[in-house]
Amino acid sequence: MSVPLSPPEIPPRLALWHVTKRYPGVVANDDVSLAVMPGEIHAVLGENGAGKSTLMKIIYGAVQADEGHLVWNGQEVRIANPAAARHLGIGMVFQHFQLFDTLTVVENIALALEGRFDLKTLALQVRAVSEKYGLPLDPQRLVHSLSVGERQRVEIVRCLLQNPQLLILDEPTSVLTPQAVRKLFDTLRQLASEGVSILYISHKLDEIRELCDRATVMRGGKVTGETDPRQESAASLARMMIGRELPVCSAPPYHGERRPVLQVQGLNFRNEDPFCASLFDVNLSVNAGEVVGIAGISGNGQAELLAALSGEQVSRPDAVLIEGAPVGHLHAGQRRNRGLAFVPEERLGRGAVPAMTLAQNYLLTAHRQPSLRRHGLISRTRAREFAARCIERFDVRCNGVLAAARSLSGGNLQKFIVGREVMQEPKVMIVAQPTWGVDVGASAFLRQTLLDIARSGVAVLVISEELEELFEICDRIGVLAGGRLSEPVPREETDAEQIGLLMAGTQQQAA
Amino acid sequence: MIEQLIPILATTLAAATPLVFAGLGELVTEKSGVINLGVEGMMLVGAIAGFAAALHWGVAGGIVAGAVAGALAALPFCFLTLSLGTNQPATGLALTIFGIGLSAFIGQFYVSQSLPGLQPYAIPLLSSIPLLGPVFFEQSAVVYLSYLAFGLVAWMLARTRWGLILRAVGESPEAAHAIGYHVIGIRYAATCFGGAMAGIAGAYLSTVYTPLWVQNMTAGRGWIAVALVVFATWKPARLMLGAYLFGGMTILQLHAQGFGVDLPSQLLAAVPYVATILVLVLISRDRKVLLLNLPASLGKPYISGG
Repeated sequence: MSVPLSPPEIPPRLALWHVTKRYPGVVANDDVSLAVMPGEIHAVLGENGAGKSTLMKIIYGAVQADEGHLVWNGQEVRIANPAAARHLGIGMVFQHFQLFDTLTVVENIALALEGRFDLKTLALQVRAVSEKYGLPLDPQRLVHSLSVGERQRVEIVRCLLQNPQLLILDEPTSVLTPQAVRKLFDTLRQLASEGVSILYISHKLDEIRELCDRATVMRGGKVTGETDPRQESAASLARMMIGRELPVCSAPPYHGERRPVLQVQGLNFRNEDPFCASLFDVNLSVNAGEVVGIAGISGNGQAELLAALSGEQVSRPDAVLIEGAPVGHLHAGQRRNRGLAFVPEERLGRGAVPAMTLAQNYLLTAHRQPSLRRHGLISRTRAREFAARCIERFDVRCNGVLAAARSLSGGNLQKFIVGREVMQEPKVMIVAQPTWGVDVGASAFLRQTLLDIARSGVAVLVISEELEELFEICDRIGVLAGGRLSEPVPREETDAEQIGLLMAGTQQQAA
Repeated sequence: MIEQLIPILATTLAAATPLVFAGLGELVTEKSGVINLGVEGMMLVGAIAGFAAALHWGVAGGIVAGAVAGALAALPFCFLTLSLGTNQPATGLALTIFGIGLSAFIGQFYVSQSLPGLQPYAIPLLSSIPLLGPVFFEQSAVVYLSYLAFGLVAWMLARTRWGLILRAVGESPEAAHAIGYHVIGIRYAATCFGGAMAGIAGAYLSTVYTPLWVQNMTAGRGWIAVALVVFATWKPARLMLGAYLFGGMTILQLHAQGFGVDLPSQLLAAVPYVATILVLVLISRDRKVLLLNLPASLGKPYISGG
């Protein structure tokens, strides 16, 4: 993996000149230029909403630029659609995999290829390519039975079979264990050494510094820097990416009484649906004053565990206890009455009703707050007052309490939803993927909020795919893999490596 | 005893043939993610078009006309649901009501006329197989066409690139679009194929099975075809089984009435419907099989984005 110091007569594999793309009300890409050399691993670094995805869609032909030029191997080109991009030799590994669950691996791959339709020969090719690049795959397995890591391999092998000259990977490590990330990097380096250019989209600074030869940093649709990431520190890259220092959370010690508030005992859930997971004998205890994290890749029982804890799915009465009282048989509303707060993963649709105002959304869970009632009825005026207080206290950027939930950015809406739950002074707070798709500033704020309420005596449970996040805020970390939860261990006694092995546990992902 | 069974079984096949055509067509449509409840209407449009054409050009002309009319009847449904994104079940119901009305309106000019029908043709060699020969291979040419249609659809779905694309579009139109397929176009084609097959089913009824035009002559067979597709868990072979079962029960209950079984005739007439659904419910009990074969995007409008 040497830097290709190509002589000037070799044109870049792909060059973008002054590309601009406008959407109503927002300029997604503003005068973006970028060049990728043959065999180069080039990072595009930026926060959510920085314009990375739009830029990749333009390169892959899914979106057309309003202005600017694309030059491919020295020739100006127009990429009208994804098929045209593939013809040029551009392959894309999507962040949200574009796979078909009920088809086999080889069928999924055949769909993206042209030429003779011969699944037997193709299966052999799939095996050959997957072995060559260290991406073991069984061509005959149905995709729904694969782990997330294996699905990503399908996407990569599908691209490789088209002999791409440029491979685009969009946030490829967000769902991988640390061990799987390392294997992916080996594969990418091997490809680069064979002359394939790689565009690596990410917001993870350490990965980019480890893997990439060049980095183009974007912020607010503009290029804010181009650099050799290996020469930069995480802090200097972060400054380019967010325009200031990377915020850090502070976790003060807790001095209150350590009694278990949320307990789960021998929780089982058998799922009939072959596309969903089951839970096997889950045991867990969260004390007042601490943050417990559950790591693991979605699809390993996360949704089922959340449903069982929130009360969307009822169970044996003594499978779930709040302050020692059995609540397993109670429904979501009844559990909330007993001091449980729950922030689901999907903000729009489950955390908040998109078309309703913030004041109305505030009422959705806060209607049981006594201070909102007058003569036994809900007071709308007070609801608005409290929503306004929530907006102020949690720094929600919006057009006031009458703004529709859907008009807020992901980070601001999440701050509002978390704020709404915090203001009801819960005893237990369960949060799923607290900072998914949230910008760095709001993420730091949310993490600090969770730490603060824990230290005020609340038992906080966080389920997240982001290991760094869990290591930043959690006192103890467990892993949910294949529907089984490992015993949460203190953060100081473990590391990403160990957690990664547990995540891969029943998934043969580290195989 | 066997000799008495043969005509019963042979008429069973003839009675099942409209369900085979309409069901296979709807199966292809649904595999692409579109649910078209207009089968009954498209069958009726095919039936009257086929009858009118057969008066001039014979049964073959009638079948072709039925296919064309059925596909044309599916087009407005395609435009509304696929291009404009309207609700598929509601639009399909409208298509059925439209088909009933249109065929009745055109049919009033054809009420007293009749066609010669189509004589069975015994396939040499095959028809001399004991029992199976006279049952399967002494039928009219259109029944043979239904065997061919089954073979082609089953082969296409399981073995060809076209089948794979169809299944992919039905499962995840977003993913199919992302890797470069024209989702709307593929769904138009699958839905029009379903219309053509329903049209053939209707034309077979009005030109071969009972060679005359009667208003509403499909008598709910379109609905049975739709139900068969679901209960057959979108598998062509199970669909055939269901269709023949339904055909068999239809003929049996006629014979039962003939023998003077002491049951109200309405109850007997309901037997095929109940029996078919019961058997198919039993074989489709396994939720896993159902979910693996169900086109995941069935009935959901797809609006091409980006």
